[in-house]
Parts: sequence; structure tokens; C-alpha cells
Amino acid sequence: MTLPTGLQFSKEHEWVKLEGDTATIGITTYAQDSLGDIVYVELPKVGATVTQFGNVGVIESVKAVSDLYTPIGGEVTEINTHLDADPAAVNRDAFGEGWLFKVKVTDASQTANLLDAAAYEKLTAE
Amino acid sequence: MTATEELKKTALYDAHVALGARLVPFGGFAMPVQYGGILKEHEAVRHRAGLFDLSHMGQFLLRGPRVAEWADALTINAVATMKPWQARYNIFCNERGGAHDDTIFYRLEGDEWMLVVNASNADAMWAHLNAHLADGVTLESHHGKAALIAIQGPASVAMLQPHVDIDLAAMKYYFCARAKVDGVPALIARTGYTGEDGFELFVDGEQATKIWNTLLAAHGQEGLIPCGLGARDVLRLEAGMPLYGHELTAEIGPVQAGQSWALKLSKPAFIGRDVLAAQVESDTYARIVGLKMDGKVPAREGYAVFASGERVGEIRSGSMAPALGNINIATALVEKSAATLGTRLQVEVRGTLHGATVVALPFYKRA
Repeated sequence: MTLPTGLQFSKEHEWVKLEGDTATIGITTYAQDSLGDIVYVELPKVGATVTQFGNVGVIESVKAVSDLYTPIGGEVTEINTHLDADPAAVNRDAFGEGWLFKVKVTDASQTANLLDAAAYEKLTAE
Repeated sequence: MTATEELKKTALYDAHVALGARLVPFGGFAMPVQYGGILKEHEAVRHRAGLFDLSHMGQFLLRGPRVAEWADALTINAVATMKPWQARYNIFCNERGGAHDDTIFYRLEGDEWMLVVNASNADAMWAHLNAHLADGVTLESHHGKAALIAIQGPASVAMLQPHVDIDLAAMKYYFCARAKVDGVPALIARTGYTGEDGFELFVDGEQATKIWNTLLAAHGQEGLIPCGLGARDVLRLEAGMPLYGHELTAEIGPVQAGQSWALKLSKPAFIGRDVLAAQVESDTYARIVGLKMDGKVPAREGYAVFASGERVGEIRSGSMAPALGNINIATALVEKSAATLGTRLQVEVRGTLHGATVVALPFYKRA
């Protein structure tokens, strides 16, 4: 599986795409595959302040409830409301239409705590 | 979690690995929880057919002239009245009226019977049976040696028939027969745990892979796919069937679990009888009910259940139900006052209350 370019990753299998001071966040293809069929996604509220690596919601598959962490801190500016009706979008297209939420980043230096594609691939190959 | 290497393997282990199954520890075995995905597997069973490896379940042979009488003293349902080649659901209770295990008895030839117990209880059940062993009864465990393959779904008869030398359509639900599956000797039973028509094939472990691969190769085009324990759990929950450890436990007995249909109080004496009879008489016990959740938030085991602000019970199983249009369903153990059909309840999910309605079980009935 080739990872899309321009993303950074957390060890908890989230991805971040930073454009200006807006970070779009999702979970990786590896993560959605591990979870199985996703049936419910609980996202942070728009306007909430989230802390890097903090717990911000849950992702539920048919069988299990998994915590969702944010790979970068800031203020939540938008959530993917389509997932309410179609949580399976995360399974189909984790890096695209299955994105989860956007954050206005206050401290861009936090990206130094994330993995690049090569390091993330190494992590998931283990 | 126990490493996969330390777990026992069923006869079909290599076949599961070859199919790319995700294996998880279950009842001491490395078992497939899913192959292509739980929803896909669920859909196959509801509309065509799915193939399951259930070789982790405990298979015990019971032999001797006093098996029926002996088993009737240990279980809630009637054993002695079973006809040859009949299968019957039965529950072993403890003295408190809780459940040791829920099982199926199969009456075979002569004074031979087979008992199938849950994988998670197999060791405890073997000990329980041996602790109560009587003259005229001998026990033989095939657990971990014999294989069990289930084919479940509306196309089960059509798919299995070309492989067997008996008329499957003539076999009644909850009956069994000796037959050959592609030349391999098997006990075929019209039983299952999915709410669909289907068969369970008890075969020698060494022959299991041949049957498994033959069935998948012959009927893959018609939509037969391997299915794991994940799909099985959703299917059984939709069909309102209890799962030991959830709706039935050492503390939650058959009356509470809605299995009174299997309770034969006309039997003179059996373990747990007095407690169960008193429960039926008083009718005040907490009981398992079906819940339909209002929204998209799934209810999960252990979540607290409230009625008008008062805690009345807890969720025992919960899942999204694909056969019911993807609503969320659950079972809950609740006080009698909260158990009436139509009662509005609230389920606490991560600190927030979500509405739910008490509904009749099963959630799903095949057409």
C-alpha cells in the first residue's frame, strides 16, 4: 500500500495533512483495516480545543469501540458530518472522503512529533 | 493477550491462514474472527450461505444404558424423551439456578449420544460431567480432535446436497443423520446458530480441510464464503439466541434469559430445579430483554440502563443489525418493572443517555 504524499502520521495510526494552519485529520488505511467494518464515528465538537495525542472521540466497528486520538493540537474548525450517515466511508477511502475533522493549528512545531511516510510504513510493516 | 503460537489450532487452521483470516484467541483456540469483513459475511449468510469452522466447540460422546436418566438429572430440558437422531437444546444449571453452559444433545444410534458444549466452557463442562459420573455412563472427549463445519444460509440445502448421500430436504430441523460428505463419513445435523436454515457437519479432523476446500471451491461462484466468529455473533444476536457469558452466565440462568421454553419442571429432580421453579412462580426476577436503540450510537456490553432516571439494569450484548436496516440492537438484563414490551429506557454511553425501546425477541426471523 502506497501512502499518499504530503501526509504525516502518528503511532496511533492517524494521518495529518497540514495546509497553512489548517490540519485535516483521519485514520490510515492500515487502521481502518484493523478495525473492520466501521459503524459509528464520534468526533469532537466544532470549536473544541484539542491537545496533541489527546483522546477526542471514538470509532466503533461492528465488534469493538476504539478511542480516537488527535495527532495534532488546536481548535476544531470542521468535522466530516457525512460520516454520520455513511461511516463506511472511512473503510472505503480513509485518506479521502473518510477524513474525520479539521483543526486550526496553534503550534506547528508539534509536527516534529509525527512520523513521515517512510517511518510510518516501517511501523506498520513490523 | 495470549500469543497465537500458544493457542490450540483447529484442523482447519492452515485453511484459515491461506484464506487470509484474522485469527483471534477464542476458547483456547486461534479462531477466525473474520475473513473478508463481518458485514459481507453476514450478508452472505442471510441471502446465500456461509461456511463456519466450529471445531473449537467441545464434542463429547456419552455412552451407556443410563445416559438419558443421568443427563436428565443435570439439565433443564428433557433428554430421555428424545427420539433417535433428534437434536435438542439444553442447559446445565448450577445449584443457584445459574447456567454452567448451554448445549445441544444429539441422540445417535443405540445408547450413544453426542453433547456439544461451548468452547469457552469445554474444560469446565468436562470436569462437571466427570464429577457427576454415574454407573452406566461412559464419557469420551473429542474436543480439539474432531472437526465441526457449519454451512448456514438459505442456499444451504442446494449447495450441500450434491456432496451428500442422503436427502437433506427430508431432514427435519433439529434432527441429524449419518452420511458421507464427498465420501467422508460425517454426522450431519440440521442445527445452527444464525437464524437461518443450515447444517452442521461433524467430521474427523483429518478430513475436515478436504470438505472445507471442496465446498468453497464448488460453491464460491454461487456466493458461499467463509465466515468468522464476528459475523456469527451478529447473526445469533439478531436471531435472539443467547450467548454464554452474555445472556446466560453462572448468575443469569435460563428463566432470566428467556429460555423457559426449554425448562421441563415436570422432570422430577435436576440441579437448579428448585430455584428455577421458584423464579417461574414468583415472576419477580430480573430478565433479558431486547432493545432497539433510537440513534446511531451502538450499545455495548456493560453499559448502564435507566428508566426515568433510575438504574434498572445493564447491556449484555449489542451490535449494529444489518438485517434490520442497520439500526442498533442490544440485549439487556433489567428489572421486571422495565421489561414490558414498548417500555422506554435510556442507555448510558460515555456519560450521555440515549433512548431505547424494549422489543420482542428475536429481532430477526427468517421468512
